[in-house]
Amino acid sequence: MNLLKFFTAGSVDDGKSTLIGRLLYDTDSILADQLEALQQSNRKNDDGSIDLAILTDGLRAEREQGITIDVAYKYFQTEKRKFIIADTPGHIQYTRNMITGASTAKLAIILIDARNGVIEQTIRHSYLVSLLGIEHVVVCLNKMDMVDFSEEVFNTITDRYRTLAADLSLKDVTFIPISALKGDNVVNESEHMPWYKGQSLLHFLENVDVETGPDYNLARMPVQWVVRPQTDELHDYRGYAGRVLSGSFNVNDKVTVLPSGTSSVIERIEIFDQTPSEVHAGQSVTLHLKDNIDISRGDVLVNSDHLPQNSQLIEADVCWMDKRPLDESITYLLQHNSKVTKCKIREIIHKVDINTLEKQEAYDFKLNDIGRIVIKTADALAFDFYTDNKANGAAILIDSRTNLTVAALMFRAIAD
Amino acid sequence: MSKYNLDYLDELEAEAIHILREVAGQFEKPALLFSGGKDSITLVRLAEKAFRPGKFPFPLVHIDTGHNFEETITYRDKMIERIGEKLIVGSVQDSIDQGKVVEQKGKNASRNSLQTVTLLDTIAAHGFDACIGGARRDEEKARAKERIFSVRDEFGQWDPKRQRPELWNIYNGKIHKGENVRVFPISNWTELDVWNYIRRENIELPSIYFAHERDVITRNGQLMAASPFLNMDEEDIVEHKKVRFRTVGDMSCTAAVESDADQLEDIIAEISASKISERGARMDDKVSEAAMEDRKKGGYF
Repeated sequence: MNLLKFFTAGSVDDGKSTLIGRLLYDTDSILADQLEALQQSNRKNDDGSIDLAILTDGLRAEREQGITIDVAYKYFQTEKRKFIIADTPGHIQYTRNMITGASTAKLAIILIDARNGVIEQTIRHSYLVSLLGIEHVVVCLNKMDMVDFSEEVFNTITDRYRTLAADLSLKDVTFIPISALKGDNVVNESEHMPWYKGQSLLHFLENVDVETGPDYNLARMPVQWVVRPQTDELHDYRGYAGRVLSGSFNVNDKVTVLPSGTSSVIERIEIFDQTPSEVHAGQSVTLHLKDNIDISRGDVLVNSDHLPQNSQLIEADVCWMDKRPLDESITYLLQHNSKVTKCKIREIIHKVDINTLEKQEAYDFKLNDIGRIVIKTADALAFDFYTDNKANGAAILIDSRTNLTVAALMFRAIAD
Repeated sequence: MSKYNLDYLDELEAEAIHILREVAGQFEKPALLFSGGKDSITLVRLAEKAFRPGKFPFPLVHIDTGHNFEETITYRDKMIERIGEKLIVGSVQDSIDQGKVVEQKGKNASRNSLQTVTLLDTIAAHGFDACIGGARRDEEKARAKERIFSVRDEFGQWDPKRQRPELWNIYNGKIHKGENVRVFPISNWTELDVWNYIRRENIELPSIYFAHERDVITRNGQLMAASPFLNMDEEDIVEHKKVRFRTVGDMSCTAAVESDADQLEDIIAEISASKISERGARMDDKVSEAAMEDRKKGGYF
């Protein structure tokens, strides 16, 4: 059984929390004592039924205001798959939280209120999905019960969304008409929409193909830790521990250590007491090389025939996540997987109005602003473009005055 | 080209190992908080997978309430001997003797909340900058929102409104002096995942997780082990029942469930069919709707 992480974009008004509550409720993922706590809670729907939205509101401030502020993670499983839901806030002032939840997701659910169709928020959420390169998109047209389960309404909205999806180069887009409140097409197929021939949302989530083939070209492993027992019997043991970031490694592969550029050959691969002959993206492993070369944390091992980019001047898309605005005069820390280096922001190329998708000239960059910048790093980075390899194409900026994570970066080009 | 896909337990394991190695790489003085419960036992197994054949780059720390199940302490000492790693014990009794905390009075008295002070003192005394814990996001709704690297101020407080964004699999462990980070490598595991992993890895557990005969009393609708640590009176009727525990904590706040499950398989079957959540058997969460949120803000695990 495998695992699918997805996130939900939409606001409480679109029925996002109700949808998640419905998924949990109808898959029998709510336990008796939680249900009891729910029933005792004061919040009820107009018809007296349980307000499923309460299941996802975690913090006191959120319950008080009836909104989602931070990402909440929820877990459920069916016979076919395990799921992790990142329930992310939809309001523009919490864009950074949405990006946080979306960054590890393989699939996005975009909620549209069928009464309102594609609105500014839909454009904003879809833009973020495109920016982050989420592989699969499910557009749920919710509240179909409020529009008489109309096929015409469904068609009008999906036509409009297809144009948007094409503009944003979203690839795999699926449309599902649902009613989260009544349960239509969420887990169980709807009796009210015989014109809809597709799967229910859960059915789709269970079956969507998220597997990838081995890709030796993208073999990348940042070294997190060097295992050196230095005991009598293991005197020469030197293992490079890390998680395969992307691609695959085989025993006897020629690998290059970056940034030094030294090459060697993989002698042995260990996963605790196992010695597999190949390992793939996502696995935490320990690699042994034939040659005794100087490697430490922050270095990255890559396939020698397919080296990543190597540059100190990089053009990147950025989402600013801190109250203190971007400051071109100070030095930030850039963390790219296990590597940390100093950096400066050389130039702000543009800012994007995420409601209209217009690129604008920008002189400042504030919380939740998204756009493109040029950074200069103290050490050269061994990275890939985000479009080619998400796992090795992203980084965070840290403000060393506060130690806060202040920006998300997605590498797009070499700057000159 | 054939496709590959990690089994979910392999993926969760790989993620946890990655997090443990990030702790080792990013911090000067990390520690692993060990309670003797199944989640921290799972962490020890994951640490073995992350660092063997080397030593752990951190000691284990046990915050001892003094109200332990004897079985837990026996298990702990045996395990430490097997893995050959360092154990540091922070004692709540010492905190009481030093007058830093005052024992609660009354029928529902528990040392559970006193642990926070001992924990913070132990962190300060040893200068730990990162404490690895076995909390999971499926346990409770405040935990569902906590980051994997969760920064605490010098008073150990969690501020849910000022959490750092945690992007991709990049963990920012930068802190100021006096602050520390609580790290939760099995954040994304569910209770059932932990049990399935324990079965797969053939991990030994303290015997109280399995069904056994015990004297219990019923209090606030929960079965509590009869012990000198409970303030019992004539209203409490001691019964002899076959029970097991779903979490291992202080004896005064950990409730048992009636069960015949004396094998791992039976426990997994029981949990799969169960309708009571694991923290439902913790009296400490019953206080208010925001109980955990408040305790975490105060420095709790």
